[in-house]
Amino acid sequence: MADKVLMKGNEAIAEAAILAGCRHYFGYPITPQTEIAAYMAKRMPKIGGTFLQAESEIAAINMVYGVAAAGYRVMTSSSSPGVALKSEGLSYIAGADLPSLVVNVQRGGPGLGGIQPSQSDYFMATRAGGHGDFRMIVLAPASVQEMAELTVKGFSLADQYRMTAMILADGTMGQMMEPVALDSLPVSPMPEKPWATTGTKMQRPHNIVNSLYLSPDELEKTNFARFERYKQIEENEAMYEEYLMEDAEYCIAAFGIAARVSKNAIDEARRRGIRVGMIRPITLWPFPVAPFKKAAGQVKHVISVELSMGQMIEDVRLATECRVPVTLCNRVGGMIPSPEQVLEAILKIADQGGKQ
Amino acid sequence: MKNQKRVTLFAGHYGSGKTNVAVNYALFLKRSGENPIIADLDIVNPYFRTKDSREELEAAGIRLICSEYANTNVDIPALPADLYTITDNKAQKAVLDIGGDDRGALALGRLTPALREENDYQMLMVINCYRPLTRDAGSTLEAMREIEAAAGIPFTGLVNNSNLGALTTADDVLASLAYADAVSALSGLPVVMTTVMDGLFSALEGSIPDLFPLTLQKKIC
Repeated sequence: MADKVLMKGNEAIAEAAILAGCRHYFGYPITPQTEIAAYMAKRMPKIGGTFLQAESEIAAINMVYGVAAAGYRVMTSSSSPGVALKSEGLSYIAGADLPSLVVNVQRGGPGLGGIQPSQSDYFMATRAGGHGDFRMIVLAPASVQEMAELTVKGFSLADQYRMTAMILADGTMGQMMEPVALDSLPVSPMPEKPWATTGTKMQRPHNIVNSLYLSPDELEKTNFARFERYKQIEENEAMYEEYLMEDAEYCIAAFGIAARVSKNAIDEARRRGIRVGMIRPITLWPFPVAPFKKAAGQVKHVISVELSMGQMIEDVRLATECRVPVTLCNRVGGMIPSPEQVLEAILKIADQGGKQ
Repeated sequence: MKNQKRVTLFAGHYGSGKTNVAVNYALFLKRSGENPIIADLDIVNPYFRTKDSREELEAAGIRLICSEYANTNVDIPALPADLYTITDNKAQKAVLDIGGDDRGALALGRLTPALREENDYQMLMVINCYRPLTRDAGSTLEAMREIEAAAGIPFTGLVNNSNLGALTTADDVLASLAYADAVSALSGLPVVMTTVMDGLFSALEGSIPDLFPLTLQKKIC
């Protein structure tokens, strides 16, 4: 087993980023993601990289903007309130079409909230990352191995589409330890970035990285062009995992830690003869619409299991076109639904024959 | 494992398994007829910590000293005044769970003058060759030196807790012995115990000296 190491989710993100060629990390400590910064602080100086603890989250995201403009793979990480602080910078990065990787290891909110796990930044990640019309690719890992894989994937998607890829994890995923194989990560070489501000050497015209368009005409054109790219992403990049959906009468929708908990509940429900399966979105944007659309013609009921007051459930309703009832099974404020709670929700709905 | 020392301190790289080893060791002392107290000095990581095992420890009659704020949402590095029981009450055995890395060990500094003066302690480094930053003897020794410098107290022994979590096999443990020996040779300190999860104990008993079974603390899923 020499090829496997025992890592915390946060460490796996950090090491995967290094393997993906990221040599610039800017951040500000906040529980429960501080191990990312701590790991980078130890590793970056040894490999000729930069670790910088910025004076604030806002400073860190703007440092990311600068390094991304210079054409390097760069990242920052934080937890919920810290990511909210970054929203202005995220919008500027989107407006300047810069690739970056941003990690949100979510904790309970709103406000300072708490330090225990949560998934209540789903809206912030998929809808409201900052002002203006823009999207981020949002990746939701459900294991420490996936933390590493999606980090690597995030860097290549960010480069490919010139935008921010966000890892949306939670406190549990960040803190839990599992064996990880790092040597098989699908690292892609960084593409040429002819737009980067690398110095003209008097050989080419200046590259200008900017998000300011004073002519509305031009700004509209840029937005339309950007959304054409988003359309391609929606068509090509949706990722999900299906679990026991072939014969399912009931469907759980869950991502991240909620999907792990749900799996246990599904196994127990199956033992009791209830045909329940799960669709686990791996990309939250683009949301995997296709499997839910298909499920809407197959199952009697969808249960959205979330560590929030019900955020992903809106995408589930949109994707199933409200053809089947969708109900919420949730805990919030740092609490995690137990397999028993999810099982109870399944049993109750199966009892009613799937009717609301 | 022979233990003539009054105070046993477990320190190490974060995520090396210190808390799990410390809790199991305190329970072992209790079963052996001692009356230990256990203290959680981890001011670094507000997630998995000794206080998670409070019920189990209290059921066994082991007093736990830890911050009132541990496992609440008050994310501050607080130490309880009770901590001085460890150095004041010299009649009582004590197990200390030190926070990870040099940053975690800093909290121990307040106690080290008294511990050194009394000189009845063992300071054990918990090591795990499957952790990414301590995969070989050299990097492990580097981590040891940083912790010693922060804690102000030298290590006296090693605990080989090499594991891959729930997926650890007997072969993984056996493969770690050469690493533990290398750390021992490089540091000049003995491996005082090799820890394995209780499910592996019978498979390895007899083939590893000073084998110590661990019961894993509860996990969420």
